[in-house]
Amino acid sequence: MNTPTLRAGPPALEITGVRKAYGSVQALNGLDFDIRQGEFFGLLGPNGAGKSTLISIISGLIRADEGHVRVLGHDTVTDWRAARRTLGVVPQELVFDPFFKVVDLLRIQAGYYGCGREVWPWIDEMLERLELGNKRTAMMRSLSGGMKRRVLIAQALVHKPPVVILDEPTAGVDVELRRTLWRFMRDLHAKGTTVVLTTHYLEEAQEMCERIAIVDKGRLRIVETTEGLLNRHPFRFLTLKLADGAAMPAHLAELVTSVKGDALELKLDRERHPIASVFAGLKAAGIEIADVSTREPDLEDIFVELTAKPAPGVVS
Amino acid sequence: MSPNQLGFYTLLKKEVMRFWSVLAQTVTAPVLTALLYLLVFAQALQGRVVTGYDGISYTQFLLPGLVMMTVLQNAFANTSSSLAQSKVNGNIVFLLMAPIGPVEMFLAYVGAALVRALLVALAMLAVAGPLVGLPIANPFALLAMFLLAGSALAVLGMIAGIVSTKFDHLAAFSNFIITPLSFLSGVFYSVHSLPPIWFTASHLNPFFYMIDGFRYGFFGHADVSIWLSLGWTAGFFVLMAVICLWMLFTGYKLRK
Repeated sequence: MNTPTLRAGPPALEITGVRKAYGSVQALNGLDFDIRQGEFFGLLGPNGAGKSTLISIISGLIRADEGHVRVLGHDTVTDWRAARRTLGVVPQELVFDPFFKVVDLLRIQAGYYGCGREVWPWIDEMLERLELGNKRTAMMRSLSGGMKRRVLIAQALVHKPPVVILDEPTAGVDVELRRTLWRFMRDLHAKGTTVVLTTHYLEEAQEMCERIAIVDKGRLRIVETTEGLLNRHPFRFLTLKLADGAAMPAHLAELVTSVKGDALELKLDRERHPIASVFAGLKAAGIEIADVSTREPDLEDIFVELTAKPAPGVVS
Repeated sequence: MSPNQLGFYTLLKKEVMRFWSVLAQTVTAPVLTALLYLLVFAQALQGRVVTGYDGISYTQFLLPGLVMMTVLQNAFANTSSSLAQSKVNGNIVFLLMAPIGPVEMFLAYVGAALVRALLVALAMLAVAGPLVGLPIANPFALLAMFLLAGSALAVLGMIAGIVSTKFDHLAAFSNFIITPLSFLSGVFYSVHSLPPIWFTASHLNPFFYMIDGFRYGFFGHADVSIWLSLGWTAGFFVLMAVICLWMLFTGYKLRK
């Protein structure tokens, strides 16, 4: 997890009462939370939770029905120019302009933000850091999917925005690019950039983010530090293989949450079901244990638990 | 809020670079097509069509109309294809997320379309002008008609690009609006040679005034007053500009 480098001043992102409906579908239902300057923040939720809608509202691509968003104190509607200058967004879709070379595209994007030749060395540095150095004069349409994804990331960063939003930047990309990207984003974050990440790879969020918001059905389910989120889970997991294919005694069988081959995973409440009580129960039933391992809950367990429950006020 | 001058200039340059990168398709091809029209129609109709202009041959009469028609079609094509392509590809998000305002966007797209239209017009005049022996009676009228008509069609192209969600929509704009209005605008004939109903209909076609006013710039006289042509063309431009700017300010079909 990244070390917090929080700074004073207005929040990097201030999301207040944001609502958005598409016909009868309420995509966002009154979202309220802040992202502090210098945070590495995870915005998580299942498909259709409203994450991309929220990002589109922050970046000005979609207009909220109600509420407002401020980027470093700049309202995205009334002070849109300043808000957009402080923001860099890597879109989820692999979209590109086929007419241009990589380096020209990045220089054009910088120009849109009012940046001239002074950022060209930064563009060159990004090309090297994202391992695009040998593709700088390649036409966009000739690049592989992974290479195009790197260009998208560079495009979002050309104007050195203090707030960066990455909308599923590692969806469908190989391990090498993931490592390159996270190394690069860690460096940017260490220099003070606020990074907001949405991803379906929860281990990435757990590893990278200091604080996490989980959104589901357009509502905020929780916003908490990653550590706090993991600690609030009262369970741990115990995996057992029983000798001679023995069956689990009835009073322990209700704790089994998954079966993989002959391995049984039990979800144990730390207070009510200490591991020793399971061992004692097996011993009392005369069952021997062939193998055993334990696992602490990870973000995925928390995520599944939170998003499996109906959101407050949502009729399912 | 101060305007983003470099953003405007970059978008203008990018739009010019876009058509420049496929120059054979965006400039050479339309010039060649227009010159073929000139060759074929001049061969077929020279001496058979009464132009209504004393001392002006049919070929001389035809060339300014063809130049303006090509200007109109290319100004429209430049903005409409660029916007529609960006929307269909999805890469328009990079422009919409940038601190570039509606007026800057409007001016940049129209400016680039005028550059392409000017290249096309100059290429046609450079190749065919000396062969046909075209006079220039009023360069200010020529310039005014070029700028107003080219801008009007560039803006109409922006509207088409914004409204279209697939290339079929754009083709419909081109096939059912631009081409008929171009061909029924008096490019190939004087409207005075038409039956009364078509004569009246021609006077409701804004393209007719664009071509007639442009022709005035070369010959010093035309089918209608230059002021009427300027008025119609300016009025059409203002109408298109109001609609287009409304779309850009409200984010119609661009921002959901």
